[in-house]
Amino acid sequence: MAGYVTRRVLIMVLMLLVLTFAVFLLFNLLPADVARLTCGKICTPQTLEANRIKLGLDQPVLMQFWYFFKGLFVGREYYGGDAPIACPAPCLGYSFQRNELVTTLIGQRLPATIWLALGAFVFWMVGGISLGIYSALRRGKWQDKSVMGVSLIGYSLPSFFLGLVMIYVVIIQLKLLPFPRYVSPFENPVQFFQAMLLPWIVLAILYAAFYMRLTRSQMLDAMGEDFIRTARAKGLPERTVIGRHALRAGLTPIVTAAGLDLAGLLGGAIITEALFSLPGIGSLALGAVVNPDQPIIVGTVLITSAFIIIANLIVDLLYAAIDPRVRLE
Amino acid sequence: MSFLEVSNLQVSFPTEDGIVHAVDGVSFSVERGKVLAVVGESGSGKSVTSQAVMGLLNRKATQISGSVVLDGQDLLAMDDKDVRKLRGGKMAMIFQDPLSSLHPYYRISKQLIEAVRVHQNVSKSDARKQAVSMLDQVGIPAPERRIDDYPHQLSGGMRQRVMIAMALLNNPSLLIADEPTTALDVTVQAQIIELIQQIQQVSDAAIIFITHDLGVVAEVAHDVLVMYAGRVVEYAPVETLYEQPQMPYTLGLMASIPRLDRDPNVRLDPIPGNPPSLINLPSGCSFNPRCTFSDQVADGRCSVELPDLVSAGEGHLVRCHLPIETRKTLSAETLAALKGGVL
Repeated sequence: MAGYVTRRVLIMVLMLLVLTFAVFLLFNLLPADVARLTCGKICTPQTLEANRIKLGLDQPVLMQFWYFFKGLFVGREYYGGDAPIACPAPCLGYSFQRNELVTTLIGQRLPATIWLALGAFVFWMVGGISLGIYSALRRGKWQDKSVMGVSLIGYSLPSFFLGLVMIYVVIIQLKLLPFPRYVSPFENPVQFFQAMLLPWIVLAILYAAFYMRLTRSQMLDAMGEDFIRTARAKGLPERTVIGRHALRAGLTPIVTAAGLDLAGLLGGAIITEALFSLPGIGSLALGAVVNPDQPIIVGTVLITSAFIIIANLIVDLLYAAIDPRVRLE
Repeated sequence: MSFLEVSNLQVSFPTEDGIVHAVDGVSFSVERGKVLAVVGESGSGKSVTSQAVMGLLNRKATQISGSVVLDGQDLLAMDDKDVRKLRGGKMAMIFQDPLSSLHPYYRISKQLIEAVRVHQNVSKSDARKQAVSMLDQVGIPAPERRIDDYPHQLSGGMRQRVMIAMALLNNPSLLIADEPTTALDVTVQAQIIELIQQIQQVSDAAIIFITHDLGVVAEVAHDVLVMYAGRVVEYAPVETLYEQPQMPYTLGLMASIPRLDRDPNVRLDPIPGNPPSLINLPSGCSFNPRCTFSDQVADGRCSVELPDLVSAGEGHLVRCHLPIETRKTLSAETLAALKGGVL
């Protein structure tokens, strides 16, 4: 077990490294000159060249990557302006456009994204799983058909459309909620909930659709298993047969999918964050792509992929906890 | 009235392809302390019959008629809720494949304790004690330790013993064993059969033993019910059936048992053809398309008219158009051929 985890963590680090390098390379193909961005309005070729050297952009890509890699573990210094800028480990880079450390920028944006992801997660898991079970129990009846029909609609709706409709109906027409303005829940819980409710619901609808279908098919598979017949033959009430025996058997793929979806969301829900002006990782990354800002892109990609890779590991460990037949070696 | 009395049981499932007549007019009875063997190929309706008795068929998706009277109570006329209280208590069932019949994610202890506590108002530790002692009785070594294993950690034979222990926990007076040895090794099969025989002697329960193995039947059963395509085709005390099987299908089953005392020069004869579709049964006798003797019945009656289940001797019922004398001759010839003439 300990050996398994160590090995997985090492592989994880290696994967992150390769990924970061790939993003690094990709960005070098983009037609944006970072040195030009630091140069100011009046930019002489001499200053430009000097800045290029200061930023290390005169070095080959491989060397640039090496500095970045070293910075992750021991920190580094940037020489953008007059005084050197210290970037302590783990240094994800420095945005010369925003004059901020990428670590600081991500740190500011992370809470909103985490709240968004966690809240939506709770909504869609509770809603998706319970409707999925309901649907499975009424298989082939009108209730099943309508739940599945609605879920298909939810599944196919793009988030920007659903989000816009929500804003239009709930905020503009019915005036049930004020225009969302994100604050920390510790500062003003009421305003926090008012800002988060719609984005939670939008994301939850999009994700719940998939979980309804997954839960339904898992439950139907499980209900056909021999051990369910055994459970009934024992004389267990149907509630126990379904809640304890069938659901437990169908849980594994649900947990797997849930872990990965949650991790994906922790990397930022770009469209939902933008729609509801939530200051999260998604909107940070969006800004950095629209207005090319390499350090931010590399930093967010690194963080996002770290979330997904870590979630993968956790899901695998959970898998072993759920299914006693799985041995981690 | 017998302890369990099943009369004119009919079970059909509506499907997209048509109505499946899984069980058609099956009647039988079992006394306490006796073993009834139900024999037939896959799809002959033997498992569906037992599940109908246990109330394990979904009443909304199945049409069930007739009566199943257990100890004076008609189970088919009772509420689902009341039948549930009998399941696992007064009547219990052992299934074919113990690996898939045990929940893979729960320890044996949890599954057994749960079975005790549905029917008895006892604490978890008392239920556990009962479970351990039952595991001991069915021959599981070191039951205090093995009870905390997961099903996949046990061997096939041990798993089936666990299933048997689970069925016996609440001291059932009707025990249905649905092909309990089919998924097991031959040596383990013998042990499980021996265990079931012990249970029968000790517990005084009525036992229904479902199998497609006539060799096993001779060892355990008092009475034998042979089913084909959802109907009873022969029903007799076990000695009668082995001495004088009269239905051509039963003869076919007999001819396909490999035995050491058989003449090695006589080929093992499988019954030709396949069991019929239960949606579209052949007209007349369901066995007629596979029967090698149907040409001995005049006017092709076999393919037109369904024979009745009629008496062919003391407690012996047979469904066949052949005259009784012809059946007796055929029976004697077949058995003699099997033994190579040496008796």
